[in-house]
Amino acid sequence: MGLRTPLFDTHVAAGARTVDFGGWDMPVNYGSQIEEHHAVRRDAGMFDVSHMCVVDLRGDRVREFLRRLLANDVAKLTQPGKALYSCMLRDHGGVIDDLIVYYMDDHWYRMVVNAGTRDKDLEWLREVAAGYGVAVEPRTDLAMIAVQGPDARQKAASVIDPAIARRALEIEPFFGIDAGSLFIARTGYTGEDGFEIMLHADQAVAMWQKLREAGVAPCGLGARDTLRLEAGMNLYGNDMDETTSPLESGLGWTIAWEPQDRDFIGRGALAAQKASGDTRKLVGLLVEGRAVLRSHQKVMVPAVGEGEITSGTFSPTLQRSIGFARVPAKTGDRCEVEIRGRLVAARVVRPPFVRNGKVAIAL
Amino acid sequence: MSNVPADLRFLKSHEWARLEADGTITVGISDHAQQALGDLVFVEAPEPGRHVNAGEAAAVVESVKAASDVFSPVSGEVVASNADLGGQPELINQDPYGAGWIMRVRPDDKAQFASMLDAKAYAAALAAETH
Repeated sequence: MGLRTPLFDTHVAAGARTVDFGGWDMPVNYGSQIEEHHAVRRDAGMFDVSHMCVVDLRGDRVREFLRRLLANDVAKLTQPGKALYSCMLRDHGGVIDDLIVYYMDDHWYRMVVNAGTRDKDLEWLREVAAGYGVAVEPRTDLAMIAVQGPDARQKAASVIDPAIARRALEIEPFFGIDAGSLFIARTGYTGEDGFEIMLHADQAVAMWQKLREAGVAPCGLGARDTLRLEAGMNLYGNDMDETTSPLESGLGWTIAWEPQDRDFIGRGALAAQKASGDTRKLVGLLVEGRAVLRSHQKVMVPAVGEGEITSGTFSPTLQRSIGFARVPAKTGDRCEVEIRGRLVAARVVRPPFVRNGKVAIAL
Repeated sequence: MSNVPADLRFLKSHEWARLEADGTITVGISDHAQQALGDLVFVEAPEPGRHVNAGEAAAVVESVKAASDVFSPVSGEVVASNADLGGQPELINQDPYGAGWIMRVRPDDKAQFASMLDAKAYAAALAAETH
């Protein structure tokens, strides 16, 4: 038996099939993964993401600490509540984890890291934080529910305290508010509008049931994966890990090179890799025919070299297979993928594949 | 719990087979298999006229999650495959023992069908697998 979130029994009672995910027993679907996917694209769905680890970072030098720790620069965060997506790197440039950090005030930042990397993340945070007198506090008392879709914010607002709901509906994209019993952020992992709501673990079941009564569809990790892939978002462990840098993972945009004197961990290695120009790159692929991309399939780029699928699936929105592949830098706009002994043609496209319910690439 | 109809025969690899009145054998995947695979998105069924061997991967079913071979439980000639699955692979999810059938085979040797697991033995195999 794995770790269980406060909502585990609720999922089982709702008929969820569960799987192990990073040591947690999590719902993969409640019947049809494709219907759950469409619910998020067209209306509103919710995910139990309580397995993810919320970490509060407090101290007088917390900003200085994060400017050293992260490849992206928290100095960009000037308004309270604003969120930043970043990688946390080893000295050699490999990705320890990707995360979101919220700037709450000058002495408090809140970070959300992946479930499967939680232990090594905390160890690394504490090691680096020690030099800055920053306290690292994992908030195991909190649960988290992601409510996503075009109708998600309205539906979520309808079930929370009216005073908080009014504030929640005014949250700008990629901001969060600390509303006492609830922390509400306009963030997500689906390519749709919505909230991620953190709340005390003992409030999670009641909130989940109220959301369900408001017409928000329970969705499992299966739909979460197809949604994030369509949205062009990386999954740690699939699309990047400690053996790959952000430059090789489609995450160059998350590296803050300026100001040049900010000495973040991994900077030297990334700069050397960039200067060498000999990097692989992560691209989006769209399959022309009837075959489905899966992780670790081999990619052939004629006259250039070989690569590998890092994530692949059938896209319920496009009704075609899509994926990410790590390929040589010189890869152009076509390649072939070896799928079950056959070579299948695929087109290189720029993710996202789908954003806000609409197809975002040429089919 | 998954549905295991008493009138069918099964393989441990989760195919089902039904002996039809004309002596042909209809093949599909079990309710357990469709649940485990999740939403099906492609089905590659064999062309009628092809000869398949018992234990041979005769069809492929692919779900959002994974691709899986469908093994022919008997040797024989494929006399039909379910054309509806081309446009509606979800028929396998919705009705695995009915509208979701995959292929029909005229067996070379009827004894192969008789040697398959009966419903009781298959249900026992499922129980053993999940414990």
